[in-house]
Amino acid sequence: MHENPRNMTQGQFSFLPPLTDDQIKAQIAYAIKMGFAVSVEYTDDPHPRNTYWEMWCQPMFDTKDPAAVMLEVNECRKVWGANHYIKVQAFDNARWRESVAMSFIVNRPKHEPGLGLARTEGPGRSIHYRVHSYATDKPRGERYK
Amino acid sequence: MATPTGAKKELKGADRYKAGVLEYKVMGYWQPDYVPKDTDVIALFRITPQPGVEADEAAAAVAGESSTATWTVVWTDRLTAADLYRAKAYRVDKVPNSPDQYFAYIAYDMDLFEPDSIANLTASIIGNVFGFKAVKALRLEDMRIPVAYLKTFQGPPTGVMVERERLDKYGRPLLGATTKPKLGLSGRNYGRVVYEALKGGLDFTKDDENINSQPFMHWRDRFLYCMEAVNRASAATAEVKGHYLNVTAGTVEQMYERAEFAKELGSVIIMIDLVLGYTAIQSISKWARKNDMILHLHRAGNSTYSRQKNHGMNFRVICKWMRMAGVDHIHAGTVVGKLEGDPLMVKGFYDTLLQPHTPVAPELGLFFKQEWASLGKCMPVASGGIHLGQMHQLLHYLGEDVILQFGGGTIGHPDGIQAGAEANRVALESMVQARNEGVDYLAKGPEILAKAAKSCKPLQHGLDTWKNISFNYESTDTPDFTPQVTPAR
Repeated sequence: MHENPRNMTQGQFSFLPPLTDDQIKAQIAYAIKMGFAVSVEYTDDPHPRNTYWEMWCQPMFDTKDPAAVMLEVNECRKVWGANHYIKVQAFDNARWRESVAMSFIVNRPKHEPGLGLARTEGPGRSIHYRVHSYATDKPRGERYK
Repeated sequence: MATPTGAKKELKGADRYKAGVLEYKVMGYWQPDYVPKDTDVIALFRITPQPGVEADEAAAAVAGESSTATWTVVWTDRLTAADLYRAKAYRVDKVPNSPDQYFAYIAYDMDLFEPDSIANLTASIIGNVFGFKAVKALRLEDMRIPVAYLKTFQGPPTGVMVERERLDKYGRPLLGATTKPKLGLSGRNYGRVVYEALKGGLDFTKDDENINSQPFMHWRDRFLYCMEAVNRASAATAEVKGHYLNVTAGTVEQMYERAEFAKELGSVIIMIDLVLGYTAIQSISKWARKNDMILHLHRAGNSTYSRQKNHGMNFRVICKWMRMAGVDHIHAGTVVGKLEGDPLMVKGFYDTLLQPHTPVAPELGLFFKQEWASLGKCMPVASGGIHLGQMHQLLHYLGEDVILQFGGGTIGHPDGIQAGAEANRVALESMVQARNEGVDYLAKGPEILAKAAKSCKPLQHGLDTWKNISFNYESTDTPDFTPQVTPAR
């Protein structure tokens, strides 16, 4: 049977082949055209409820040049790229949204150990689940080594 | 209808309250000069009067029977501020291209209705009046709900933006699938479908409307196996996943018991059916707000009264009521799938669920300007006979804030359920990518999919299987106005 081979599929485009820089730039250009503020965030903990990734910079509210945003993506990759996930986010501050409008992965660590599931059996056959990111078994800085 | 007085104009004072039977329009229910107040509830009915009944009399009769009137004059009206409580038919238009039908506009003072009660609102508006003999057929087409009244309702417990933040999913439609076959699977087998579909790439799977607690699968068993599947899939993909656990039951007490169990197990979402009734829907909506639960509504039953054009009610009114009653998801049409749905009508439903305000747009079936008073957005769900070969059309017609549900289109994939889910996700992501890149994706949809299929075999096989499947039947619920018609008032 066919098995989905990916183990971390957050973001808008995780099922596509990794985006090229030109493809990333095209998405950034779309975000800017829509009036969104683009930002870059990184983490080494891909837990689905790890909401607050580290901010590489503030959302670029005033940057209208996709190349300038791409520069930040590449700077972030240089520093954290080897062993961190990096995502590009676009924030829409228009009334009735005021939230994230786009989010996609632009960098993955070389080794992706993924997540495990721990079960604690309770009464009445109920089970409490703990989704756990293998990378976080080690302290930050020593993960993915 | 006989009028003992033969009066033509509205009667006042002693003449009005003499015992006997009067035409509704002379009793004050027809007031062509009335200007609706901002705080009035307005209803638009499509009326087919009985032969011999004038349109304005029929409209007045509907106003009367949906507010204070009974068949004969009663003196006790005079103990009240009766002029205020009488609903007022104030405008009647011929329906274009339908010689025996009229649109009647009827205004109701807000004080006719209990705050925060869809049950009370509907008991008047769609109460006795639909069986009333003076009209051959009657359909509620649209309503204008005043802001002051809307503010008494909670609205969706979560709302689209908060739902997206909880799920951490942005910038694309969400993907779902209903477990099939809808009846007969044991809990263990059922959970298998859920696991495969979620791990393959879907965001949600769903119980069907008639999956509650039957001999082949009792509800606790289903909940336990489904949550095993959800959590396994979540760990396998590092994504938040959900299964709409249907908590519909024979009594509200059982419904709450099921909802509490879903919460205990850590589900992010529960589901109800429209056949629950408006009171139970408002109750579970408040429970959902209190317990951080997304609330999915399946519109089971609606087509019994919403599909035919001359009688019943338009689905857009159900959309309005459900946004007020407070659900986060509602099935609202696919345009291209197997179920009823004219493209313009469906757009009218989607706008009603998602927009902060909607202007008059007769071509979409929206007869009134509606301010939504900060009530949350309700996510439309497109489900029923859609498949990945239609992805460009789905994105074009339905936009980004929608849940695309491919049940058969996931589970029926020749390479298995995971392959079906993956194919759908790849098709969706490639279409969103193309749209954002400025490609004319509606025209080039098939090319975009073919290109994406080169690096995704499941997508190729899905396209091979379903590429020629379409459901081209004529809609029965169609707009009465073409876009050229200038909206009046």
